[in-house]
Amino acid sequence: MLADPAAALTIFVLSMFVGFFVIAKVPPLLHTPLMSGSNAISGITIVGAILAAGHADATTATWLGFAAIVFATINCVGGFLVTNRMLAMFAPKKKD
Amino acid sequence: MDSAFLVQFAYLVSAVLFIFGIMRMSAAKTAVSGNAIAAVGMLVAVVATLLNRGVVSYTVIIAGIVVGSAIGLVMATRIQMTAMPQMVALLNGFGGIASLLVASAELLRGGATVGDGSVVVPVAIFLGILIGGITFTGSLIAFAKLQEVMSGAPITYPLQQVVNGAIFVTAIGSGVMIVQDPTNMTAFAVLLGTAGLLGVLSVIPIGGADMPVVISLLNSYSGLAACATGFVLGNGGLVIAGSLVGSAGLILTKIMCDAMNRSITNVLFGAFGAAGAASTAGATGGVDRPAVKGYTADDAAIVFNSAQSAIIVPGYGMAVAQAQHAVRELVDVLEAKGIKVRFAIHPVAGRMPGHMNVLLAEANVPYEKLIEMEQINSDFGETDVALVIGANDVVNPAAREDESSPIYGMPVLDVDYAQHVMVVKRSLNTGFAGIDNPLFYNENTMMLFGDAKGMASAMAEAISES
Repeated sequence: MLADPAAALTIFVLSMFVGFFVIAKVPPLLHTPLMSGSNAISGITIVGAILAAGHADATTATWLGFAAIVFATINCVGGFLVTNRMLAMFAPKKKD
Repeated sequence: MDSAFLVQFAYLVSAVLFIFGIMRMSAAKTAVSGNAIAAVGMLVAVVATLLNRGVVSYTVIIAGIVVGSAIGLVMATRIQMTAMPQMVALLNGFGGIASLLVASAELLRGGATVGDGSVVVPVAIFLGILIGGITFTGSLIAFAKLQEVMSGAPITYPLQQVVNGAIFVTAIGSGVMIVQDPTNMTAFAVLLGTAGLLGVLSVIPIGGADMPVVISLLNSYSGLAACATGFVLGNGGLVIAGSLVGSAGLILTKIMCDAMNRSITNVLFGAFGAAGAASTAGATGGVDRPAVKGYTADDAAIVFNSAQSAIIVPGYGMAVAQAQHAVRELVDVLEAKGIKVRFAIHPVAGRMPGHMNVLLAEANVPYEKLIEMEQINSDFGETDVALVIGANDVVNPAAREDESSPIYGMPVLDVDYAQHVMVVKRSLNTGFAGIDNPLFYNENTMMLFGDAKGMASAMAEAISES
């Protein structure tokens, strides 16, 4: 784990820059899938949820972790699937 | 190599997969695989976390994942494309509440008290709860507005900004108390309450037409909330993924604001619709407008009979009427007549970024025909027919010409330069923002009053018969 907050802050700032450069290239045509796809990525908080729920001691925190897992999983699974559905419509298809 | 290193390495792999995934989403051809790559990145992160030595109890975790996956699966497969803005809003909210819960769990477990006494963890917990809470309730309000559970009109009350400011200061104050004493449960409760309240109060004054900005911003918040939990847990994977989403949302927010020629503060605090309605009510009253004649689908067919090119401008009205398939059929008929048809897409048409593109893609309109505003605007002058379907403000020439108009300066599609303009609209109502649209009274404009779907079908029929 990152013991040093400065390291986490460095990662944060650099990642924001990477995000800006990568995302600025996405054309308006694909803005909705980009949003729902990145939305699914924000479900990464599931990692935190698993850590919170996985501790041996069953406490309130465990149940908060459980709720967090449910919400974060909906976020991930729903987000990626619905993005896939949208993108499949944009995929080049043969003329009918 | 110990397992802790392997777990960290897996997070790095997943972050790289996210970045690759988003890169591939910049072109329609590679986007499907891009999304899949990002999903694999998520899977890698989840599996790595399950192998973490701190995780010993799996029952709760598996149960949560199963329940969440089932709900997510059903939502994603059942949702209609026209309801996509609501879906995105709701998913944003779920991401926000998940981050809030993680930060809260960490606080209750005493995570803020262990360690070297640095303020980083408690501050991050505070931010995770604050941003997560705002994202959650704000998204629920956005969902309710988009689903039309509640009115899309801006809700304003006296001293709105003062009240919101006071609540925000209270939230910060409770945060300071939590940082000083992480066991202060009163401060925790106050923080939860104020965060939730801020989300509600900051979205209710925002009108439906400004939803693209709000959704983009909430998207950014959901990422930043995840990022905050990354700081709480000292987890680089969370920080990277969260900040990627945070920057994605910010960029979209900026693009949406630019497309309306407004600043983010103006959108968030301006209560645009209400103010606009008040100021233009007088303006329209003063101007003597000629009576507007309603035309029929047959009249439109006669114009199309001598046309060679047409540009269709879709707006939110097309989404409301679920008219995208009828519009596609109209396009087929027009093309069969040898008319060149393209679509002009304004960046803020609809209720979320890219809304019109998704609907038209669903109706099998090839994306090559969907042209961005900057590319197509100069072509209206050489176009025979501009057909506006359910759009209003984004084609309002007052934005170009009338300095007193509330939307003056907003980039608009120059449909009025076309030979003929047809506007399909339910009525002459000024529409959502309450802004008068001189386009409707122009000599070369034909108003076709009716539901977008019914009118598109009627036009297709009339044209194919003529």
